Amino acid sequence: MKKSCIISHYCQIRDHAVIGDDETLYERCGADLSDFFTGIYQHFDISYPKFYKMDNLCKLGFLSVELLLMDRNIQQRYAGHEVGIILMNASSSLDNDRHHQQTILDRSAYFPSPAVFVYTLPNIVIGEICIRHKFTGEGTFFVRERFDPLFLFNYVNQLFYQDVVQCCIAGWVETLGDYYDSTVYLIEKTGKPDAGITIFEPDTIKHIFAKEK
Amino acid sequence: MLAEMTGIRLKEDNSIAPAPFYASVVDTALLAEKFAVIDDPVQYTRFEQLAICSLHDALSRSDVDPADPGTLFILSTTKGSIDLLEKEKENKFGQDRIHLWNAARLIQRFFTFRNEPLVISNACISGVQAILTGARLISAGLSDNVVINGTDIVSEFVLAGFNSFQSLSNGPCRPFDKSRDGLSLGEGSGTVVLSKTPFNSNRAGNIVVGEGFSSNDANHISGPSRTGEGLFIAINRLLKKSPVEVDYISAHGTGTPYNDEMESIAITRAGLQSVPVNSFKGYWGHTLGAAGIIETVMCLYSMHTGVLFGTKGYNEPGITHPINITGHSMKKDIKNCLKIASGFGGCNVALLLHKI
Amino acid sequence: MEQLIQKLKEEIIEALNLSEMKPADIDEKAPLFVDGLGLDSIDALELTVLLEKKYGLKINTAEEGKKILHSVNSMAEFITANKKS
Repeated sequence: MKKSCIISHYCQIRDHAVIGDDETLYERCGADLSDFFTGIYQHFDISYPKFYKMDNLCKLGFLSVELLLMDRNIQQRYAGHEVGIILMNASSSLDNDRHHQQTILDRSAYFPSPAVFVYTLPNIVIGEICIRHKFTGEGTFFVRERFDPLFLFNYVNQLFYQDVVQCCIAGWVETLGDYYDSTVYLIEKTGKPDAGITIFEPDTIKHIFAKEK
Repeated sequence: MLAEMTGIRLKEDNSIAPAPFYASVVDTALLAEKFAVIDDPVQYTRFEQLAICSLHDALSRSDVDPADPGTLFILSTTKGSIDLLEKEKENKFGQDRIHLWNAARLIQRFFTFRNEPLVISNACISGVQAILTGARLISAGLSDNVVINGTDIVSEFVLAGFNSFQSLSNGPCRPFDKSRDGLSLGEGSGTVVLSKTPFNSNRAGNIVVGEGFSSNDANHISGPSRTGEGLFIAINRLLKKSPVEVDYISAHGTGTPYNDEMESIAITRAGLQSVPVNSFKGYWGHTLGAAGIIETVMCLYSMHTGVLFGTKGYNEPGITHPINITGHSMKKDIKNCLKIASGFGGCNVALLLHKI
Repeated sequence: MEQLIQKLKEEIIEALNLSEMKPADIDEKAPLFVDGLGLDSIDALELTVLLEKKYGLKINTAEEGKKILHSVNSMAEFITANKKS
């Protein structure tokens, strides 16, 4: 039996708040989704102008992982190809698909935008995160009706077991219209004993996902 | 294909494009006729009809029982029934039909798969990534059989998008050729059935899905890496773990200047420049989420029959790194086949198929 | 011309989501695609769409595109020379 991995950190963006490892890092009620995301970006002093070009799914995934990895020195501790990103959601890129569809509804004003079209694939969020953090490892985007902690556990666990990854970011990144909900967590083989470490298993993922601020 | 004919035609269809375009499109009447044998086509979207047709055919020739608790169904697609989006709220199939998970659920119920289906949507590598995922789930003991279907349709949504990217060719696409000027879209559906144990009745049983890796360029969300970084990493990791002699490479070969150039660089960096390479895109275009499945099916065919297909549309090399592109069909005994693919989001995948 | 340049800068900021920039931050003489604004191939395509959408002008070849999209000035010159009055 191989040693279990650990969840070294997690980050959650939902209900107008950002939670990192059980702590509320940022809260802003009443803002619409776009202002809320921009608020997070500015609050944490993130300097990455490409953020403004992203669609909402990418913004949500980008911010979640940005805060998950802040000051964790992942790039120093792992080679790029050792870090995997396995994400899941329900609506794929439908939120931005609607946006692209708007540009082609009217034949007399038919101006499809390449900057919109490129985001009509859910895995672009993985690409954006990889570019930002220089990760060149395994990446897969799954779609299921609901968050599936058991499947995500099993899949990521076998990636570790088969030495495909040494470190993995996994979770749920969903946005559609005004709705947004993300939970991402960092899985490693070992961690510092002082950190709030939890064993990587389906129940702990379930527990993290079910948290409310 | 043996006669080296292409299915890519100049289409004039004002319902999906304001101007004529080159694409490989499934004949609607023929599809409805074929589907009518299975069920009433009126009840299903074009995407669903294609997927169900292919799955119906594959399952009827396989011993795998969808109702078996060890059987998982994976759907590989980029856009599902995206043609419903134009009239999202008032289309006759209902608002939810456009969701990918819902498309997979509908197919699950149709074939009575017991387990909740899984959708993989990883741009143009979806199909190969789905096979890799299925093989991993089996080797980890999480599934006994994995039925993988890859389907995508030619839609106004996708045509307009690729057109805005200026990546559509002015004729049938010409992978790796000097005069290549873009890709041709295609539509289609393919199914592969992976199984823990070989079936005696099935001649596909002597092909094993070997190692595979995906890798990200970490460079740009639409443009392929100029150094072939991600694809090279994927191939290199694969060959390190499984150092076999590769007999044949089935390339992504879309026919865009950048993709084909990038692949030639990655193949050369991996030391595989003398291995025969082909692209199937010149025959039926780029079928997006279906591409990796349909092309893998063709690889299996080549491994069984020893017929290595030519690269339709290829005439004169147009890449800076000279790789061994197969112009016309030839006979070759293939034991180890390398399937590669790359896509938007900087994703790349390499997968090995062995004949035993 | 001055007015057109100012307008173009605003349109470019909007089309390319350069949210942290103001028109004054863009040097109309400087190359758009070398370092400066950090623009990429998608931005180039997006500027092509902008010229078509707002000015009804099409860029026909990649070489032509490179010249026209070199700077805000070159874009303005192209618009002025081809504008249907």
